[in-house]
Amino acid sequence: MTDRAAQTLTNLEDLVACPSCDTLHRLSAVAEGSKASCVRCHRLLLNPRPNAMTKIVMLSVTATILMVTAISFPFLKLEAKGLTQQSSVVDAVLAFSNGLFLPLAVAVAALIVVLPLVRLFSILYVVAPMAFGDTPAPGAAIAFRVAARLKPWAMAEVFIIGTAVAMVKIAGLATLTLGPAFFAFAALVIVTIFQDIIMSPLIVWQTLERRTTR
Amino acid sequence: MANTRTAHHPLTAREAGLVGCTVCMRVAPAGTRTCALCGSALSSRDGSSLQRVWAWLIAGLVAYIPANTYPMLITTTLGSESKNTLLGGVIELYHHGSWGVATIVLVASIVIPMTKFLSIAYLAVGIGRPHVASRHSRHILYEVVEFIGRWSMIDVFVVAILSALVQLGSAASVHPGIAAVSFALSVAFTMQAAESFDSRLIWDADGNGNSNA
Repeated sequence: MTDRAAQTLTNLEDLVACPSCDTLHRLSAVAEGSKASCVRCHRLLLNPRPNAMTKIVMLSVTATILMVTAISFPFLKLEAKGLTQQSSVVDAVLAFSNGLFLPLAVAVAALIVVLPLVRLFSILYVVAPMAFGDTPAPGAAIAFRVAARLKPWAMAEVFIIGTAVAMVKIAGLATLTLGPAFFAFAALVIVTIFQDIIMSPLIVWQTLERRTTR
Repeated sequence: MANTRTAHHPLTAREAGLVGCTVCMRVAPAGTRTCALCGSALSSRDGSSLQRVWAWLIAGLVAYIPANTYPMLITTTLGSESKNTLLGGVIELYHHGSWGVATIVLVASIVIPMTKFLSIAYLAVGIGRPHVASRHSRHILYEVVEFIGRWSMIDVFVVAILSALVQLGSAASVHPGIAAVSFALSVAFTMQAAESFDSRLIWDADGNGNSNA
């Protein structure tokens, strides 16, 4: 054990531990477009893509624009018995805003708008300086940690499915029309999924490390 | 990408006298407190992990009770008020003939939360005990639980959208019920329970014999 430990300790930069099962891996060059997974639990460790950094920046900017569109235009329109009711994403959030439901309004706003935006901005803050320049921005490590922590709490895609369910629930009572914000939100979900596929956190961390120590 | 030993008995960071960072995967000599690269707190195995898992899980379970007994939606149509609980809403959808959506809601608000409570408890109880299920199948169970938990929020969003949209004066209006709050809390608590779980413990418990020291 001591021999092996001493051996591995010589160059720690080449080693990574799988976060899910602690298996130690020695990093070797992984070709762009292919994947490297943990030998024991098969968790994806590394998936380098050509021009990943630039693509991540572009997708993040796109997602931000779509989010602004999604919150400023009408989301759904309801018509029944001559009455019309329009609702934006902000209205959906404010539905909970009286009294006892205020904390829930804050939570819904956080889950569907604020946290996805914070996550987008932190990814941009980390990746953009590295994609277009060389030196990472100060505090980039903290920002990227925030992005990783927020991943399960950014629920834009869950909200879209929720919308579909709500539409079916009232389909019998009234006529529903989808507003531009609905399509912006749906596009945002797709862009975010692409971003998650393209971004390999390990590569971002390694680039961050290489360029900070230099 | 190669492990230092064979695929069947791979060397773990802990056995090599190292500690791995669960955020950025970087390794450091055992005993290091903070990751040099990303600044996260390091621990070879999160000792308080199971305690936090149980605490969040029980909180989630407690919040799930009022979520089922109190109304989720209060609908007023032409002066008459009807209150719908979680299960009541699903039954109503089935009566309307919307089988697909009724099933989505049933799965998201009842099947997933229940399965999550049981799965997390099962995984937590299994740590440190000899086990029938293989490490791999338990690991897959954990990944499924971690992935699927957030989808339970669907029902909270449905209530939010309906309350915002259906405000047609005396003709029809929808208001959120108190169960929406407790259901949202229950989902958030169980998500925290899943996040607190250190999945490396699954691989130690009936591991290579030397991982359990």
